[in-house]
Amino acid sequence: MPPADADRTVTPFPVGLWEQPQPSVPGEAADDAVQRIRVPASITYRYTPGAAPTRFLRGLAGKRILGEKDPVNGDVYVPPRGMSPIVGLPTTEQVELPDRGTLSAFCVVHIGFGVNAPPTPFVSALVLLDGAAVSLYGTLLEIPIEEVRIGMRVQAVWVDDDQLEPSFESIRYWKPLDEPDVAAELLKGHM
Amino acid sequence: MAPTRDVAIVSFAQTTHRRAVPELNEVELIQPVIREALDAIGATISDIGFTCSGSSDYLAGQAFSFVMTLDAVGAYPPIQESHVEMDGAWALYEAWLKIQSGHADTALVYGYSKASPGDLPRVLSRQLDPYYYGPLWPDSVALAGLQARAMIDAGIIDEAEMAAIAHRSREAARGNPHAQLQGSAPIDELLAAPYLAEPLRRHDCAPITDGGAAVVLAAGDRAREWSKRPAWIRGIDHRIDSHNFGARDLTTSPSTELAAQKAGVAGGPVDVAELHAPFTHQEKILTAALGLSDDTVINPSGGALAANPMMGAGLIRLGEVFKRIESGEANRGVAHATSGHLLQQNLVAVLEGER
Repeated sequence: MPPADADRTVTPFPVGLWEQPQPSVPGEAADDAVQRIRVPASITYRYTPGAAPTRFLRGLAGKRILGEKDPVNGDVYVPPRGMSPIVGLPTTEQVELPDRGTLSAFCVVHIGFGVNAPPTPFVSALVLLDGAAVSLYGTLLEIPIEEVRIGMRVQAVWVDDDQLEPSFESIRYWKPLDEPDVAAELLKGHM
Repeated sequence: MAPTRDVAIVSFAQTTHRRAVPELNEVELIQPVIREALDAIGATISDIGFTCSGSSDYLAGQAFSFVMTLDAVGAYPPIQESHVEMDGAWALYEAWLKIQSGHADTALVYGYSKASPGDLPRVLSRQLDPYYYGPLWPDSVALAGLQARAMIDAGIIDEAEMAAIAHRSREAARGNPHAQLQGSAPIDELLAAPYLAEPLRRHDCAPITDGGAAVVLAAGDRAREWSKRPAWIRGIDHRIDSHNFGARDLTTSPSTELAAQKAGVAGGPVDVAELHAPFTHQEKILTAALGLSDDTVINPSGGALAANPMMGAGLIRLGEVFKRIESGEANRGVAHATSGHLLQQNLVAVLEGER
């Protein structure tokens, strides 16, 4: 259905207000507008992740998932950014979390981006690790897409030990775990 | 613009500025400063009606970087919040307007950046228009060199006077524990150094800094509760000159002059002025545009020449004047902030203590 105002006449601009000046140079026609210019631009950054993300990334190199605890309410954030967004105080206590959890949200991706994207379609997932307050992002494989559901239990699949690095890519993907589903009610507020 | 409500700066905190802070991310860098500004007046985020920050993704090298920094505030339950891709001085202006309009009585303002991940003079060239100047990638120091050259040719300043400004600023910074550069070599030694972008030498340029600052604003009696001597914002205004350098007289700053007029700088004696001049010669332009006399103490903190965290250095000027009014060292002061190349945009505020 066309939009309701498809036939609406666009109000013309007041004369003189938005008019383009007419070229006065001989041989310079009004319709000779430059359509585009090419301006290559690049800036190189030496980005550093900061103290808490450094602790997290170093943990991954040792096949450990290290969250950090809110100093007031005890919530565990993973991956940590060094701060509790709820109280605005630094997280200082590290908590090792298991590499298993519950699918808290997912979508089916039909157009893959990036060199490491799996063949499409695949499932992008948020995983609430056992003991964490917020969910981690990852890819869910080893299950037919139509069987994926919120509340299902999942486990990390790591790269081979000699490939482990201080990188989120040390976790290759997540796979289903043969355990009973968690009620969606219990995932509220943790996505 | 003349205020309809009495609004004051009541608290100020800043980082100890450094060339690079690679071990911390932006939120880890700014959180202690925000906390210090709130703790100093015994406030928590629930006492704050509006929060506004200034930062830049171009400096961070990250999209929506300010959203992550908001973690430092403790924005839960959800708060009223805004952000400007500008110096925190303009975030303060937005917060001031919010309070003037009656939508808030208190505000937290912060501005910060890590300039160290990128190549700052090159990153700053991305502020230029995309058709004529941007594609040429002129860096910020080279552009400032054009301005200094124009001033020297006009007989407004010479290299010795520029070196004297650098010397005075960095010697003053010996008294500023937050300054990145404290102390200066003698003027004749400065003048013997090689050029960076002639006629600018290294001492003529602000350092590259990672850091930030936070300020708390409050209206009326709330301000008097929170500070023993609040710095009332008697006037604040910001104006902009053309982005086209070729269309400007680079030796003057009409936008600063107009902002000073609107903010009411001439309405009384100016005990102290904190000017955001990232290059020595720009201090002279600003002093003239603001109509400051020899009785005014200029940049007792050392100014931007002693520490220049992008997106924070302007806000720090307001904070430094507040500190001197709160302590009783000054009664009336002027704070100036700039944005863009060659003093393109300028904000002027008049701060005053109650007698």
